[in-house]
Amino acid sequence: MKVETKTKPNLDTDKIRKDFPILSREIHGKPLVYFDNAATSQKPKQVIAAISNYYEQHNANVHRGVHKLSEEATAAFEGARKKVADFVNAGDMRQIVFTRNATEAINLVAYSWGRKNIKKGDEILLTQMEHHSNLVPWQLLAKETGAKLKFIPISESGELRIHVLELEKYVTSRTKLVAITHVSNVLGTINPVKQTIEKIYERSTKNFELRPKVLIDGAQAVPHMPVSIQHINPDFYVFTGHKMLGPTGIGVLYAKKELLEDMDPFLSGGDMILEVDWEKSSWNYIPWKFEAGTPDVAGAIGLGAAADYLNSLGMKNVREHEKELTAYALEKLSAVKDLVVYGPKDPEKRGGVISFNIVKNDQVAIHPHDLASILDTEGIAVRSGHHCAQPLMKVLEIPAAARVSFYIYNTKDEVNRLIPAMEKAKRIFKL
Amino acid sequence: MIEDQLYRETLLEIYRNPTNRGEITKPDLEAKLVNPLCGDEVKLQIKLKRGEIVEKALFSGNGCAISQASAALLAESIQGKKLSSVNKLRGNDILKLIGINPSPSRIGCALLSLEVLMEALKSGSKS
Repeated sequence: MKVETKTKPNLDTDKIRKDFPILSREIHGKPLVYFDNAATSQKPKQVIAAISNYYEQHNANVHRGVHKLSEEATAAFEGARKKVADFVNAGDMRQIVFTRNATEAINLVAYSWGRKNIKKGDEILLTQMEHHSNLVPWQLLAKETGAKLKFIPISESGELRIHVLELEKYVTSRTKLVAITHVSNVLGTINPVKQTIEKIYERSTKNFELRPKVLIDGAQAVPHMPVSIQHINPDFYVFTGHKMLGPTGIGVLYAKKELLEDMDPFLSGGDMILEVDWEKSSWNYIPWKFEAGTPDVAGAIGLGAAADYLNSLGMKNVREHEKELTAYALEKLSAVKDLVVYGPKDPEKRGGVISFNIVKNDQVAIHPHDLASILDTEGIAVRSGHHCAQPLMKVLEIPAAARVSFYIYNTKDEVNRLIPAMEKAKRIFKL
Repeated sequence: MIEDQLYRETLLEIYRNPTNRGEITKPDLEAKLVNPLCGDEVKLQIKLKRGEIVEKALFSGNGCAISQASAALLAESIQGKKLSSVNKLRGNDILKLIGINPSPSRIGCALLSLEVLMEALKSGSKS
């Protein structure tokens, strides 16, 4: 594997790092190396300032007030929706529903669309690499309705087996929903979602109401690469704010307008109604029909600021930076004896997520939790465990894995610190 | 150094060559628990003498060094003890036994074996 070093860097990491106050922290007396970005990203001061500024200058409840502050808060909240819609090229901003996180967005679809459209005997097609958030809601729906779950298997290299011929085995006339992750949070695999959706649509009836709907879980994609929802053309697309420099508590559901119009409300109460009588009510227009109660105004504004920040870097540059760092890390890790990396080896086919184990005699020789604890003593934050993908761990035949995941502020120097820390762990465990 | 506290050589030695690891064919008391955080798994089986003294205690399972070494030390420590005194074991006793003070995120690994023990004791009262 060749690593280019002479070309102009995609991102000015020195400058970027100055925007992230937390990166100057020391952990156990060592400078923090934050490699747990697939769990949540750190936040730049621009995002923190946008949230503070909202509370200090514009705080009011949105949509109903006729006073100045309420108008400002509403404009900022709806302005954030527009920024988010544009960031993922979602087209009409009414197709963007704010939720708490990606999990809630999937639950919204399972509840409001699924309970209306999935019947006994119908099939829901998932993959073996789904996060629990794109599995458990469908398990509950299947249990309630009598629908059946099917799974697209993964290959040895951690990629989906979705060649046209194989897809025919899985997409049947009973398939009502296909739910696939855009980028695996464990394997790093970037799934060819656009091509998969094209194949599914080609094979199915042209009748929009009858053909299977496709949901893409973009939680690990939107923060890390250019994503154009209109280009991918899914029926539903979900992602979350906190993995893309935004605050926790704000997530996004994209759904095609005609689907949102037809779906019943998810939560009910204030803000989602047009008219309320004693016995019945009528629903507000989309997207507000799905945003009951006072929304996370500050969260949405913070997410809008995060989109601004990422736009200022350019998502192509973000992707190139992570690809280069991933290639560098894969090369460095390949020099560590007994280290096994899961997922595709080609950095073109994977995001900045690397899961691995120290393996000896086909056995995990250092439990990932022990490895993570030792890396922590060197100031290096990595994740360990089943990464909310227990069924996938079974497919890989491992109890758990350690995972490093990169973002815009990570550097090759930080990757260099990982290697001696791993050797230290091996020394402690006498390997 | 923290790692020396968390990964004392004596503890790692027990992890590599655990005492009291195995299965009892007809245990009087038995329980198994999984730590959902990391998938650590510990099963504890106990053979009693006169229904009140631990004659033999063996553990099995898999997981991190802390959870497995803790289970080995706990199984060892309750041999020959009366159930009434085993019942009084608390988290601090286990931490003293393993001689480390884990961070909040790892304390569950250390105390999984104690939870399993308490479940095993309950399994006796049911039968």
